[in-house]
Amino acid sequence: MSRPRPTGFPGGTSVPRSALTTMAASRRSVLRGMALSGLALGSGGLLAACGGDDSGGGSGEGATVKFGINEAESAGPAYDRLAAMAAAYTEESGTEVSLNAVDHNTFQESINTYLQGSPDDVFTWFAGFRMAQFAEAGLITDVSDLWPIDGLNDSFKQASTAPDGKQYFVPVQYYPWAVFYRKSVFDKNGWAPPETNDDFMALMDDMQGKGVTPFAFGDKDGWPAMGTFDILNMRLNGFDFHMSLMAGEEAWDGDEVKQVFETWRTLLPYHQEDPLGRTWQEAATAMGNGECGMYLLGTFVVDALGENGEDLDFFTFPELDSSIGSDALDAPIDGFCVAAGGQNQEGGKAMAKWLGSAVAADAANNGADAPFIAANEGASTSTYSDLQKKSAEVVGAAANIAQFMDRDTNADFANTVMIPSIQEFLKNPDDIDGVTASIQEQAASIFG
Amino acid sequence: MATTDEAPQTDESAAPPTQRREKRLGGHDRLVIGAMLALPIVLVVGLVWVPALGSVALSFGTWNGFGDLDTIEWVGFQNYQDIATIYPPFWPAIRHNLIWLAFLFVFPTLLGILLAVVLDREMRGSRFYQTAFYMPVVLSVALIGFIWQLFYSRDQGLINEVFGTEVDWYGDPDVNLWAVLVANAWRHTGYVMLLYLAGLKGVDSTLREAAAVDGASEVRTFFHVIFPVMRPINMIVVVIVVIESLRAFDIVWVINKGRNGLELIGALVAQNVIGEATRYGFGSALAVIMMLISSIFITIYLRNVFREERQR
Repeated sequence: MSRPRPTGFPGGTSVPRSALTTMAASRRSVLRGMALSGLALGSGGLLAACGGDDSGGGSGEGATVKFGINEAESAGPAYDRLAAMAAAYTEESGTEVSLNAVDHNTFQESINTYLQGSPDDVFTWFAGFRMAQFAEAGLITDVSDLWPIDGLNDSFKQASTAPDGKQYFVPVQYYPWAVFYRKSVFDKNGWAPPETNDDFMALMDDMQGKGVTPFAFGDKDGWPAMGTFDILNMRLNGFDFHMSLMAGEEAWDGDEVKQVFETWRTLLPYHQEDPLGRTWQEAATAMGNGECGMYLLGTFVVDALGENGEDLDFFTFPELDSSIGSDALDAPIDGFCVAAGGQNQEGGKAMAKWLGSAVAADAANNGADAPFIAANEGASTSTYSDLQKKSAEVVGAAANIAQFMDRDTNADFANTVMIPSIQEFLKNPDDIDGVTASIQEQAASIFG
Repeated sequence: MATTDEAPQTDESAAPPTQRREKRLGGHDRLVIGAMLALPIVLVVGLVWVPALGSVALSFGTWNGFGDLDTIEWVGFQNYQDIATIYPPFWPAIRHNLIWLAFLFVFPTLLGILLAVVLDREMRGSRFYQTAFYMPVVLSVALIGFIWQLFYSRDQGLINEVFGTEVDWYGDPDVNLWAVLVANAWRHTGYVMLLYLAGLKGVDSTLREAAAVDGASEVRTFFHVIFPVMRPINMIVVVIVVIESLRAFDIVWVINKGRNGLELIGALVAQNVIGEATRYGFGSALAVIMMLISSIFITIYLRNVFREERQR
């Protein structure tokens, strides 16, 4: 129904050029170009560097593979790892790789126009709904013939599978969300990671008694608090409910979701006050300097502390309901897709398969100062920090892995409904009925 | 354009020479005139009217931007109905835009006039102050939002540090709009000041002398003589204030993407259309509402301008 078209789509180029080409284009592409260039308020121009020209490339033997990555050259290790992988692939296969590096946010915000324009053959992307929506729209190529990939276990295969049962994604790395703390602070106070809910409450009360705020908390950017919602929902209602809620198949104003907010409300006194004006970096600093005892965040918390994480440790959020357990967590997976609009489909697939291998992960980790946690279990862990080794263990032991709310559900819903709604809840935690009713009304309108 | 076309026909005495001149237009001249007319028309139609009407059309559908236009599902006024009834940020956004307009009209404008009058007196170091007050105007609004973050940050900001307070300036929805307006006024005041300063320099000094001879006080002179003479400047300032407050977007976007007390219509449009959320229909409906509000002010302004031209 919605056939992707590699050419004739001016959205990928800058606005003035599309305005000129409209003179010659068909009526339909005029309308389409106008709709996008006009409505996206010029965002179509952001990825101009990605557009590429249609003349080069070709899909013959040994042809160049275009590799679009969501890290700009200034991004440090994140860029170095991807660049190292590209270089290693060229060396190993003899295929030339043309690298197209775009700033992370720009890449993400322009992904729609990018994929419908003339995208690169292989590009960096995320598992979960974000991948599935492109699969459904026919914008990324079915790569199920690449699977199974050596060293990638079933949970990664699951995460690479769209609702139609086929794989559209090759995972390369992940990071868990967990409760981080300073080892030195815990040692000094004689605290230990809690095993049960009772331990957990006792620990938080003890922290408060010693004048330490148990949880650092910042939600100025809107997304960090989603992690709290995710983990509470998974602990209280279970992984399956969480995923079908994310898919829009459960009621947001039902008792289950209300229970999540109720529990959250009882936990709020243990969190830093006024989270809506605080960035996650500021919250991380508060945990780092001992003002707060713990912080529920992804492993990237290390970045905000400006240190190597030697003094950091973490535990997974404890069990809240013994019938549910605590074996699910958020661990967003990054990886690669093959663009359906790419010119070199065969070359793109071959490279994607290689990128999922242990060799690729090693090339990345040896080529950068800071390693990532490789999805491939064959990858060497010699470059890992202690935190990363533990992350790999914890995620490996988890029975279920979610991708984080803004990756697991419709982006429209996550960004325009959930962010304001969670913020509304944090402002006014007593009006749970009002917030859940409003979410449900909007969910009904978006999920249809 | 319309007036120049009609002029020769109404003015009969001038008709013969004009007609002769028209006849003498060679092919080359016609080409030049044609191009000079066609190019702006193409630009205006292509860059203003087509996207605007396209937004109006899209606002009656839902479309996620994937696939061809025939994947748009037409839903009539559903988007508008949703915006008005179940979209919580909408009404706060309207209110904030109006507060923005009123605030900019009152405080930075008055302060700007005051600063201009004071600096116009050529006191010592007035050049320095002039530059200092104008400096923020050179900075982008986005940058200003960031600079003020250093003052406003709850845990690490200057204000809370100095006064020992714990106000969450950017995060508390009751105060953050005002905090942002102050930051915005910091920039806007310099702008208004410069415009009035230029206006004051342009006022004929004999007017002041005449007023002084008549025994008017300085304050009276300003309000009854100088200020009315600066009518063109006043008009420009009014237009700038209206434009600035309707297009207000960048500063709240860098602060928190226009959420949590900083909702503005422009930011809501961006939230729905730019980035990963691709509610093109819904976002277009918001954009159309914004366009309607703007056109009220544009209509008032244009009527004013045309009335003045007719009076001349």
